[in-house]
Amino acid sequence: MTNVNSYSKKVLEHFRNPHNYGKIKNPSGVGEVGNIVCGDVMYLYIKVAKNNKNREIIKDIKFETYGCAAAIATSSAVTDLVKGKTLEEALKVNKDDVIKTLKGLPSIKIHCSLLAVDALSEAIYSFFIEEKRNIPEDLLKIHERNKKEREFVEEKNASWIEAEKKTSA
Amino acid sequence: MVKKIYLDYASTTPVDPKVLKEMLPYFSDKFGNTMSFHDKGAEALEAVEKARIKIANVLNAKPEEIIFTSSATEANNLAIKGIAYANSNRGKHIIISSIEHDSVLNTVNWLKTQGFEITELPVDKNGLVDSKNLEKEIRRNTILVSMIHGNNEIGTIQNIKLLGETCKKNNVFFHTDTSQSFGKIEIDVNKDNIDLLTASSHKIYGPKGVGLLYIKSGIPITPLLHGGGHERNLRSSTLNVPGIIGFAKATEIAWKELKKENKRLIKLRDKLINGILKRISNTKLNGDIKDRLANNVNISFSFIEGESLLLELNLEGIFVSTGSACSSPKLEPSKILMALGRDVEDAHGSIRFSLGRWTTDNDINYVLKVLPEIVKRLRKFSPFKD
Repeated sequence: MTNVNSYSKKVLEHFRNPHNYGKIKNPSGVGEVGNIVCGDVMYLYIKVAKNNKNREIIKDIKFETYGCAAAIATSSAVTDLVKGKTLEEALKVNKDDVIKTLKGLPSIKIHCSLLAVDALSEAIYSFFIEEKRNIPEDLLKIHERNKKEREFVEEKNASWIEAEKKTSA
Repeated sequence: MVKKIYLDYASTTPVDPKVLKEMLPYFSDKFGNTMSFHDKGAEALEAVEKARIKIANVLNAKPEEIIFTSSATEANNLAIKGIAYANSNRGKHIIISSIEHDSVLNTVNWLKTQGFEITELPVDKNGLVDSKNLEKEIRRNTILVSMIHGNNEIGTIQNIKLLGETCKKNNVFFHTDTSQSFGKIEIDVNKDNIDLLTASSHKIYGPKGVGLLYIKSGIPITPLLHGGGHERNLRSSTLNVPGIIGFAKATEIAWKELKKENKRLIKLRDKLINGILKRISNTKLNGDIKDRLANNVNISFSFIEGESLLLELNLEGIFVSTGSACSSPKLEPSKILMALGRDVEDAHGSIRFSLGRWTTDNDINYVLKVLPEIVKRLRKFSPFKD
């Protein structure tokens, strides 16, 4: 059972004043993860540019998140962790880094940190696809897993999603 | 200083000081066991029997038809399992609505594993059960129908009189969980055709740890707790004397103030509903506008998730609850809102405000002042806002 005391001060700080929220116009890549059925949806936008050493970095990053305090805080934390980093460095960020930045997450909310990292991977993946680059093997694996998970959730909740399409139509 | 506004009276209520005063002597002074032969026991027994009469009277029941339990959950378990086991020779089919409290739903789900058949009767978009649909589902082997009276989440009130009549006509026992309505709506077990009724003390400014089951005389029922034969052999356990005394006092106050308090609460409730719907776009009321508990407001806020709204309100000193998956241990959205045919987003973004005896007009004004700002802020982060 989670309650208001389940969240660290750091999570509450990020939740109250999230960093880098919003959209990027003409982004280099977008990662969309999560599912409304589960109650968490994250959109992560990245702008890729070269630094003075001629290496590609995440010049700008923004998020839009539908979800609980943990989902919003992990989104905010992941943007902090990778802003200004090279793509290589960014891809090394994992859920434990996010949890560490937030000084812990309730165990039932650990999946939110994974969601944030997945959103980042998806954004970089979409940038590589757009640029017609070779996809690193690790990233491809993550993308395949995300795709499978999405299909699994959609299949499991086909009736709900169908009902939603009807109401929004 | 941050204000503290409790709008979660449907979860639990503070004990009324008048109730507490009535209970206090029964902890250390009049502490006897109702089963004891001596003066101390007799003193406790007399107090419990007076309490039983008080509660029986408001329901138009006989005192011996009231069984005190430790909670409404226990009362629901006793009603359903007790009827199922005592009447399985007549049939093994039970009907409930699709918006029952977990203590009914999970009890019948367990009975399924014991060879009973369960039908979940759907409700309309406002949460109302149609008695004609109920009649269609009653079979030759149906033994029990259990329908919640006032729904805990959306506040919809069923026409129990009509549902009870349908059961009576078809020779099926009718149980109703009145945890949210007892003390708030007048109930007459005879006129309303009720065979079994669950009520709770801590929802009406009585202590926690006490509930009751009304069982109409002559109905065969099997106990859950075997032991010293308390409560007409239907619920063995040393009686929670202070709890029962408190429950009776709380009942007495609730009944005395029922009409006046309902009038007051409905005014505040409607002010809150209309204020939110008017001030905040993309909001909708869940539950029936007319057949609704006087203290229940349940609203879905599009584009945002309930737990984050709860947390923000908490920081402003406003205590409410949500049907969102993110705040539930199973990470599943409210089954009740889903049963109304609402989409998942509405369920995740639903907030229940439940008003009570100490809710004031100023409290409502404060909520209406801070809520629009909070919703606006949270919607800024949402990918769905436009």
